[in-house]
Amino acid sequence: MTLVDVDYWQVAIRCLAAGEVTLLGLWGEPGRVHMAVFDHSVVVLSLDCPNGHYPSVGALHAPAIRLERAARDLFGLDPVGLPDTRPWLEHGANPTAYPFLPVEGEGLHQIPVGPVHAGIIEPGHFRFTADGETVVRLEQRLGYVHKGIDHLMHGATLDQATRLAGRVSGDSTAAYAFAFARAVEAALGVEPPPRAAWLRGVMAEMERIANHLGDFGAICNDASFSLMLAHCAMLRERVLRCAVTCFGHRLMMDRIVPGGVAVDLTEDGIAGIRSLIDEIRARFPALVDLYDKTASLQDRTVGTGILSADLARRFGAGGYVGRASGRDFDARRSIGYPPYDRLHFEVPVLTEGDVNARALIRVKEIDQSLSLIEQMLNQLPVGEVRVAVEPHGPAEGLAIAEAFRGDVLVWLRFDPAGGIDRCHLRDASWFQWPLLEAAIEGNIVADFPLCNKSFNCSYSGHDL
Amino acid sequence: MLRTLLQGLRSPVTERVPYDPDIAALAANLDRVAQRKLGRSLSIREVDAGSCNGCELEIHALNNAFYDLERFGLRFVASPRHADVLMVTGPVTRNMREALERTWRATPDPKWVVAVGDCGAGCGVFADSPACVGAVAKVVPVDLVIRGCPPTPTQLLQGLLALLSAR
Ligand code: SF4
Repeated sequence: MTLVDVDYWQVAIRCLAAGEVTLLGLWGEPGRVHMAVFDHSVVVLSLDCPNGHYPSVGALHAPAIRLERAARDLFGLDPVGLPDTRPWLEHGANPTAYPFLPVEGEGLHQIPVGPVHAGIIEPGHFRFTADGETVVRLEQRLGYVHKGIDHLMHGATLDQATRLAGRVSGDSTAAYAFAFARAVEAALGVEPPPRAAWLRGVMAEMERIANHLGDFGAICNDASFSLMLAHCAMLRERVLRCAVTCFGHRLMMDRIVPGGVAVDLTEDGIAGIRSLIDEIRARFPALVDLYDKTASLQDRTVGTGILSADLARRFGAGGYVGRASGRDFDARRSIGYPPYDRLHFEVPVLTEGDVNARALIRVKEIDQSLSLIEQMLNQLPVGEVRVAVEPHGPAEGLAIAEAFRGDVLVWLRFDPAGGIDRCHLRDASWFQWPLLEAAIEGNIVADFPLCNKSFNCSYSGHDL
Repeated sequence: MLRTLLQGLRSPVTERVPYDPDIAALAANLDRVAQRKLGRSLSIREVDAGSCNGCELEIHALNNAFYDLERFGLRFVASPRHADVLMVTGPVTRNMREALERTWRATPDPKWVVAVGDCGAGCGVFADSPACVGAVAKVVPVDLVIRGCPPTPTQLLQGLLALLSAR
């Protein structure tokens, strides 16, 4: 963290607006606002706001708007010049009174959807303005699953905080635990044993494969091709069953901990993962082939929900959302951290930016992850998997890990007694949700589920 | 394409449901009880009232070929108006409280509520957050609690059976 003055803060805003650096996060604590930016490395700039206000980043750089609205709701920090002053995470006593943006025009009608949706998914509200079948505007309203995680972190013990970090977005629990553990280790100067770093990698890649498989099936299902979902869900189940035998939990919750990992991988476990890899390699290519050759499916996914490369870059879109729109960024390589700095892998990038491209990035990444796991199993170091961690303060740490949907940023500071003073966890969804609003424009309402699934943003990870 | 598709159908890529004595016993039992109490089917509406989405992943898994929930006459429906059972996850957040209450009111009687997960049961790691109201039972009457973080699909099946037997 670098404490800066208002002038420096404003220089940073101008650099962001000019596209010279990328915004990685913006969050608050009482009396202070922080932003993380990425140039060639990650820098955290912190600004004291003794009077409770600071120059808005969102005024010149739109990706910061929702983050600033959230920080104001949570910590009362007022961004001066913020163009949208409505609350965001805080819904207040009368949640239905939210002022949606006005729309005017002949023949336009509105379709409100949510927060409770038709499927087994998380809650959020989507307000479509349509001209006939065509969406002219989507406005999202989120925050329904806001659980107060920033506040719960304040004063938590390291154990409590570790469990909490693993429950910010359940589908990315391993990635969150990975980022959190590394932030703690960065703060305390702890080095986890080499074997632990490699096992973390195995878990993170298994999580990525499980989610990508599920998403690929679900995207096809939303194009009414349910056969694919049936096949992919079965492969996904195989991954989770392998996870529970190897690591003791289907989603691998609470397995990555500060100082290392909570469970070692046995020889039987290694054999189990190897046969899982074989099975996916035997079955998945035929499904991809089926996808490629099913014209009715391609008809739905190709050219649908296009996200422009320019928007993806400006918003620093992580994960498949960014990489399907030409943004060549993957924290595993662009920032680099163990064990990935010792492994060979490619970061697939496409430029079409449509549903099809987002689906195909996942397909290619499954392949890369299988190879990564193989490399890790082949070269798995021997030895301890966990070292003791003695929290002490004040100490501050930051880490980024690549979850299946994009980079997760964790920043934290210990208090003098060794508890967590402040911890903020930023999901990739923060920068992807607004892009979904852009991508759906001009598409038909019926294609929204498909576009939405191809983004698969986290509600919980965003709502905190 | 047709060849691949037909191949998939003829000798299914989806394996036969692996024999799991626990699930088999559950299946037989659930089938009997469900038929006696509710005729042929039981419709479930899932409501995420604040979950981290981990519970949703496992509820979803009930639909995969391994668990194949519909074998038992249990199925997920899109509207609370079609539901017999509400499966509610998460610590109920302040922002979801009203939506949960409305969903409950929209569900016709007789209805049952299953609180899913350690969060639904008792707020889990989110206990004491000012942004959360608390366990599901603080907002709507709960008939059954299925604990776990998240509960496994097998535990979810067991829970649904328990609900049917208890009534
Ligand atoms: S019980 Fe666990 S998995 Fe379920 S919502 Fe709570 S934290 Fe997430």
